[in-house]
Amino acid sequence: MLHIPCPYCGPRDETEFHYGSEAHVAYPENSGNLTDEEWAKFVFIRSNPKGWMAERWVHSAGCRRWFNVWRNTINHQFGPSYKPFSQQPKSPA
Amino acid sequence: MSTVNFTFDGKQYSGEKGESLASALLRNGVLHFTDSSYKDRPRGVMGLWVEETNALVNIDSGAGEPMKPATTVELVEGLVARSAQGVGDLPDTRDNSRYDKANRHVDVLVVGAGTSGLAAAKKFSDQGKSVIVMDDKPAAGGHLVYLGQSVPTELLAVLERENVTYLPRTTVQGLYDQGFSVATERRTDHLDANVHTEMSRIRTWHIRAEHTVLATGAFQRHLVFANNDRPGIMLSHAAATYVSSGANPFRTAVVVTIDNQGYRDAIRLHNAGVYVAAVVDIRKKVSKSSKKSSRKAIKKLGIRLIKGATVIDTQANLDGLLNSVTIGDAKSDLQETIKADLLAVSGGWTPIVHLATFIGIKPTWSAKRAAFIVKHKDSLTSTTGMLAGEFGDDDEAEVFFGPKLSTDQALVAFVDYQRDATYRDFKRAIDAGMRSIEHVKRYTAIGTAHDQGKTSGTVTMGLIGQAIGKAPDEIGSLTFRPPYISIPFAALAGRDRGLLSDPERTTPIHAWHVASGAPMEDVGQWKRPWYFPKSGENMHAAVLRECAAVRQDVGVMDASTLGKIDIQGKDAGQFLDLIYTNMFSTLKVGMSRYGLMCGIDGMVFDDGVTTRISENHWLMTTTTGGAAKVLDWLEEWLQTEWPHLEVYCTSVTEEISTVAIVGPKSRELMSRLAPSLDVTNESFAFMENKHAEVAGVPARIARISFSGELAYEINVPASYGLHIWESVMSKGADLNITPYGTESMHVLRAEKGFVIVGQETDGTQTPQDLDMDWIVSKKKEDFIGKRSFSRADTARQGRHQLVGILADDGSYVIPEGAYLVAGADANTPPPVKHIGYITSSYDSAALGRSFALALVANGLARKGEKIAIPMADRVVTGVITDSVFVDKENTRRDG
Repeated sequence: MLHIPCPYCGPRDETEFHYGSEAHVAYPENSGNLTDEEWAKFVFIRSNPKGWMAERWVHSAGCRRWFNVWRNTINHQFGPSYKPFSQQPKSPA
Repeated sequence: MSTVNFTFDGKQYSGEKGESLASALLRNGVLHFTDSSYKDRPRGVMGLWVEETNALVNIDSGAGEPMKPATTVELVEGLVARSAQGVGDLPDTRDNSRYDKANRHVDVLVVGAGTSGLAAAKKFSDQGKSVIVMDDKPAAGGHLVYLGQSVPTELLAVLERENVTYLPRTTVQGLYDQGFSVATERRTDHLDANVHTEMSRIRTWHIRAEHTVLATGAFQRHLVFANNDRPGIMLSHAAATYVSSGANPFRTAVVVTIDNQGYRDAIRLHNAGVYVAAVVDIRKKVSKSSKKSSRKAIKKLGIRLIKGATVIDTQANLDGLLNSVTIGDAKSDLQETIKADLLAVSGGWTPIVHLATFIGIKPTWSAKRAAFIVKHKDSLTSTTGMLAGEFGDDDEAEVFFGPKLSTDQALVAFVDYQRDATYRDFKRAIDAGMRSIEHVKRYTAIGTAHDQGKTSGTVTMGLIGQAIGKAPDEIGSLTFRPPYISIPFAALAGRDRGLLSDPERTTPIHAWHVASGAPMEDVGQWKRPWYFPKSGENMHAAVLRECAAVRQDVGVMDASTLGKIDIQGKDAGQFLDLIYTNMFSTLKVGMSRYGLMCGIDGMVFDDGVTTRISENHWLMTTTTGGAAKVLDWLEEWLQTEWPHLEVYCTSVTEEISTVAIVGPKSRELMSRLAPSLDVTNESFAFMENKHAEVAGVPARIARISFSGELAYEINVPASYGLHIWESVMSKGADLNITPYGTESMHVLRAEKGFVIVGQETDGTQTPQDLDMDWIVSKKKEDFIGKRSFSRADTARQGRHQLVGILADDGSYVIPEGAYLVAGADANTPPPVKHIGYITSSYDSAALGRSFALALVANGLARKGEKIAIPMADRVVTGVITDSVFVDKENTRRDG
């Protein structure tokens, strides 16, 4: 069970959270003007890196707040977590 | 030691309290424990602990447990055990034992309390760290306990320190990412039955450690030769340990070895009074440094040494017990047969790499030690002791897994005892081209039994290597998965059993439903009344009666379970416009509107009615099962995309009780309940909300209908729910007021073609697919899902669309999920094309026949087309229709 550092509550068990996929994939402001390919890229394509990845999680069974956090997809180590719209810490790698 | 009495296979024995059942049976001269799973070959105990492959027992006393290795069962007074021939059976009495769970955060977890583990515990304790030591055996000391040697007191004393917790009989079952471990502590099985009623039998530990030290030690393993499975053939360390403790049914032993352990065990056997006829060592030479303790030591005792040879076959007496051993030089035909009733096998050490492999650490092959070892150290995990390859003078083992075998010998040379898998089975896998242990395992079932390949894993890797001329580590790597040993489900459940296993949610009216005899349906965690049978009525009759009452008179339904989210803030209208496909910001205060929400992919996600309570205050309802998911969804957009919107969401599902009165006579009933309320259609229109006193209680009444009938939903603070329900029942008595449950609700809405998200949808339907294009705003610049409606795949022809289906035989209710095929009748020859499937199907009182909803490819354009529904015993035919069956003109909703 992962131990996830909520930036509001501190480290808590994975069962308190829900996963929200890759961070920093912003909803396009001008969706009507996007080509099918550009829109499909937003809807379906994620970077899925091997190694450090910035992700979104929500502390559903805690403060109910969404946040971003670095996680290593190889060994599930967590790096720093940070609030939405705050300065992104550097990748731990 | 005190003497206790126990029963094995119906016979009474006595043994020493605390020794293992295997030891006690040997002490009583029982060598033949059971027969093998598939080949009925006599088998005896092989090992010392969880590596045991043969001696499985069912425990019938105490809590009872199937398939326990007899080597791990501690003897207590009154123990009752039965041999298990590879298959266990669950006790048929209820297990009334307690089980519980505990959590612990520590600096260091040490797995294993052998000398290496204790040394590690001392090191970290000295540094002031908090340490927890878990060991699966009854006593600390590891192999020293088996050797009958005392554990150094400075190490044992570590376990008493204040910053050290020691848990014996505690098996670390799994090691996971970030230093998380799960362990099971056996707390009462070793106690007499009368002293432990208040204690939990097994405690499941969740440990989070900053650092985990694996000091798991090693098992001995066997060699693969002909007839290597007879009672009397044991791992040498096990044989010497049993015999030294007085559990000695043997007279004459042969020891076969690939390392120096065989010598040490030969000496222990000799010292315990067994005549050791020979030590057979595959090695021609041993190192100078170990010669004194191995070859010279046995020579001094007069024990014969046979060098460069091994055991190639064994023979049994009429009882199937070992009585002689055939020794051969693998390279020549020279053979010799030696009488012996014990063959002690030292096939090398197999370090317990399980926990390391659980977190992806790959063992490496050490030819010097003839073993897979794990030398590892990082901030989270480190290894020590035999696991790390610290074997003492056993690091000159020969890499050898068994002699060359003839075809006949291969049939009786066992690789995996529990699976009765022989060298012949193994060879067939190799001859079929298998090279990876994972392939061989699946081809032969080796390593898939109760012991999960604890001893056979390395043997198989070695044999593959031997067969194709490669080193074991070139074949692949051993991979294990948790749990390390089998765990009773009860231990994992802990106290989360029965009502505690999952919360049950009930409405304030629940007790009334239960008292009326309504069976309950589970909707998420909610208990909802399914239907309200009158005496002698079955479900079908009850539902037809309930539905008819709603369409002719008036019915009442408990709608309190609908998810309710209170939404406030000056930007709430704008926010709802983005969330829903249709427009909400223009909704007048006091009005409700049905809305559909989609994901960014344009697929329907949830639906419900949202009401504008005041300018900046809204109440959203969601599906009963979708409330939490929708709240998360709203928060996600508010927090991560549109933080500039001033909107606040709060779950109020439990705060409000909703009683819906539904049917042509609901207006009369509503006026009786709320005399001050003008219920005429002119002053209280469809989708309007009114505040009034209902049965003396302040209420918000909404004209919302999920059946197509005139209906009023009475919303009150939850504590008044039952009062409103009872008032409805008494005031409506002469109007044929009929309570109805979820089943009738489903039938009534399906008759109107109303979808249920999750029943008509599975996450691949757009609003257009559901024939609901009318709810997709063409005016709004954007909303979630909008852009996806024009994607090539969502806009294409031929998507599955919602339609109605009428079977030609109106008495036949088509099963939900049934496939539809194009073509007119049952005689169409295959292949037939599947064009869709049934999503909802019921018998209808209003229609006087059955009907169904379905998703059909290009369905909206196919109304009137004949279809066939192939069932197991017949082909049903029918026709595609519109999805609205009752009151297409919406005339009934206004009464």
